[in-house]
Amino acid sequence: MKRLTAAVAALIIAGCNGSGDGSGGGGQLPPPASRTELVVMTHDSFALPDEAISAFEDEQGATLRILRSGDAGSMVNQAILSREDPLADVLFGVDSSFLTRALDADIFLPYGSRELAAVPEIFQVDDRQRVTPIDHGEVCLNIDREAFANEDPPAPTSLEDLTLPEYRGMLVVQDPASSSVGLSFLLATVARFGEEGWREYWAGLRENDVLVSDGWEDAYYGRFSGGAGEGDRPIVVSYASSPAAEVAFAETPTAEAPTAVVLDGCYRQVEFAGILQGTDQAELAGAFIDHLLSRPVQEAIPLEMFVYPVRGDVTLPEVFLEHAKVVEEPLELPMDQVEANRQRWIAEWTDIVLR
Amino acid sequence: MDRGVDGHRPALSGRGALLLGAPPLLFLLLFFAYPVASIVGLGLSGGTDRGAAAGVLDTWLDARTVEVLRFTLWQAALSTVLTVLAALPGAYVFARFRFRGRRLLRAATTVPFVLPTVVVASAFLALLGPRSPLNDMAALLGVPGPIVRLEGSLWAILLAHVFYLYAVVLRLVGGVWSNLDPGTEEAARVLGATRWMAFRQVTLPLLWPAIASAAAIAFLFTFTSFGVILLLGTPGTATLEVEIYRTTALLLDLPVAAALALLQMGSVLLLLLLYGRLQDRLTIERGLRPPADVTRPVSDRRSRLVAGATLGSMGLLLALPLLVLVERSFASGDGHGLEAYAALFQAGGRAGAFVAPAEAIGNSLLFAGATVILASLLGLMSAAVVAYRRGWSSRGLDALLMLPLGTSAVTLGFGFIVALDQPPLDLRTSPLLIPIAHTLVAMPFVVRATVPLIRAIQPRLREAAAVLGASPRRTWLEVDGPVIARAALVGGGFAFAVSLGEFGATLFIARPDVPTVPIAIFRLLGQPGTLNFAQAMAMSTILMVLTAAAVLLIERWRGEAATAF
Repeated sequence: MKRLTAAVAALIIAGCNGSGDGSGGGGQLPPPASRTELVVMTHDSFALPDEAISAFEDEQGATLRILRSGDAGSMVNQAILSREDPLADVLFGVDSSFLTRALDADIFLPYGSRELAAVPEIFQVDDRQRVTPIDHGEVCLNIDREAFANEDPPAPTSLEDLTLPEYRGMLVVQDPASSSVGLSFLLATVARFGEEGWREYWAGLRENDVLVSDGWEDAYYGRFSGGAGEGDRPIVVSYASSPAAEVAFAETPTAEAPTAVVLDGCYRQVEFAGILQGTDQAELAGAFIDHLLSRPVQEAIPLEMFVYPVRGDVTLPEVFLEHAKVVEEPLELPMDQVEANRQRWIAEWTDIVLR
Repeated sequence: MDRGVDGHRPALSGRGALLLGAPPLLFLLLFFAYPVASIVGLGLSGGTDRGAAAGVLDTWLDARTVEVLRFTLWQAALSTVLTVLAALPGAYVFARFRFRGRRLLRAATTVPFVLPTVVVASAFLALLGPRSPLNDMAALLGVPGPIVRLEGSLWAILLAHVFYLYAVVLRLVGGVWSNLDPGTEEAARVLGATRWMAFRQVTLPLLWPAIASAAAIAFLFTFTSFGVILLLGTPGTATLEVEIYRTTALLLDLPVAAALALLQMGSVLLLLLLYGRLQDRLTIERGLRPPADVTRPVSDRRSRLVAGATLGSMGLLLALPLLVLVERSFASGDGHGLEAYAALFQAGGRAGAFVAPAEAIGNSLLFAGATVILASLLGLMSAAVVAYRRGWSSRGLDALLMLPLGTSAVTLGFGFIVALDQPPLDLRTSPLLIPIAHTLVAMPFVVRATVPLIRAIQPRLREAAAVLGASPRRTWLEVDGPVIARAALVGGGFAFAVSLGEFGATLFIARPDVPTVPIAIFRLLGQPGTLNFAQAMAMSTILMVLTAAAVLLIERWRGEAATAF
């Protein structure tokens, strides 16, 4: 009984600590007066080095609180649902696929960061500056280099190759209905082959025995044969930075990535940050966005999240320069076209590929 | 045997029931009914111009919805039947035999139940995929081609469901079985019944309530299956739960999501009411005996054969996928090593995608501890009401308790966001929300484990105590108390396990950076790199060991409490 009492007591104390930390929106416990708190809502893949966080906290005399809310889609939806009573001051990680929805729901305050001068125009998509571009990543085909080592057949170099008989049964893709990577690849084919051609292309892929997985994890680790993959398909839809990650996260240091990127048919996703309407810390939130765009943080972003910084004047880490590909001419679709057609495209794709 | 039970039941007074029932009811209304009603209401108000009802009907009658519902029911029914059939022999062996390592083995069977689906799917792919060790073995023997292929199929889904839910049947049925007096069955045998007849006519009727309980949980779990379908199924086949996730988290189509959520909750409620009626008809009072009295050593050839075959097939089903997973966690280049484990304990190491993994383990244990306390307390209160009272109040509370299991995690998570936004209830971003959500999922297990035992306490014992001059309070303490304490430990064990492995609801809650172990595994699996994969497998191995250790500890307590009979 004594042990039990002790355990209960310990838990209650721990619980109080926990809720003490969590008093941001609670209102029961006033936050310590000396330091203000900035709450950042983000997705589950968000990462920054500790130094980047403490540098901001020291400079501003504030505390950063990171709030994670599932994948990018559920995060944006949660932000929209809590519009009247926002959960955070600033949101990071809304990408091109969900941006139109977020802008239509009017959840952001305009902010023009002074750091934007160093960011190429092409990334600055909202003329009212409600969101600020932070990083970008390209969804590309990855191949298992070992499978194509003896050039029989040679590694594919274009989207069209995948419908050739030599590459039959080699490709695994993700279901665009359940996976954002899968959706990006579908959009890549729409951007490349047009509203008429993409259906025909996918019918060709189906003829060629394309395998459909539900998500990136299953496709890459379960069906793909490269890297740690358990499968036997040598071509998978992943990211342009994946080979660099294979080198950075190898169990035994390697000089060469086991996988490579096919440069044709890559689709660009840009990630944005925005100040949430209803915050009473708009100034501090703006400072955080400036911080995300500052050179030290932009230089750290590649190795933390395996995406590319939007600033034009930072050098990429070595592992990126050597193993990741910078896609010169990625495919893209206008955001509002995606928002207007997404559901129809997914339904048509399902009919063509899965039925 | 059934007659007269009602008359003897010490009816919990109306006021007593109200007092005991109020806290769990309040908890459910506040943290379940209110959030879910808010998000569903938001969806209904945003529907077509023709009104909410028409919008809901349109969704329900859509050919896609009908197909999804059909598939959901079909795979759930198949999975339930297969799980019960697969686990009954195991329940028998654990209930009736004493052998070395029995406790350890029984604790180990709980491990699959708490593993996040991402991990289970990886384990199955590793075991049955093209790089399977089974295929390597076949190649060594000269058999050409891969002998096993697990592409998305109904079989893969069913196999994973049986793997997951084996422990539920083993524990719920085995728990009752190990308290059944074998004397009754022996008497039937002496009177000339064959083994099979004795089992069918004596033991089986006594086990039905427990089997029905376990089957109900298995059905509910598979009816709302999410990760397994997503990862192992053929794309395009979806359960209602998967459709709700898609329409809510990806499309934000709240009107359709609300209609689907209503359909899922309605179906679950209907199933629960049917089950409640069945349960009432099946409850039987029976002689309970301490398990130590009913087990015997594995001595003769027959029992060796039975126990050996059962444990062997159990090992194949449960242990093989897990062993492959452990093997992968030690994989390093072409050999084996501890790199993955070392990387896990580097605070903020290269995979800086999250805080030191050790911290995730601490978080998980803390949340699980809080869940055990909350779920046991509230669960026992509800169990008392459900077990001692009859009629609509009991049945209603029972159904309400089970309903969270039939509700999509994303509905609940988004419901919290919409509903709990005003002080003093603004818990939207509080870490407290995690044990609260886990408690909603765990409470039904506490209740399911407790109610059959409380209901089965023989009224004769209470009468005897009363005749001997014991006060009602004393009677309760001496007769009901020990049984309830034991049941509470079993339920608490489940609550702990559920909390450790819970993934869906945790993911959909906006939470400050306190990752649980399943969330940490999910993040590791979200990035390419052999070290990330190995770390995810290492983390899963730790989760497995942690669970087994915790359950083993609870088994020990349970053993001590059992001697109080």
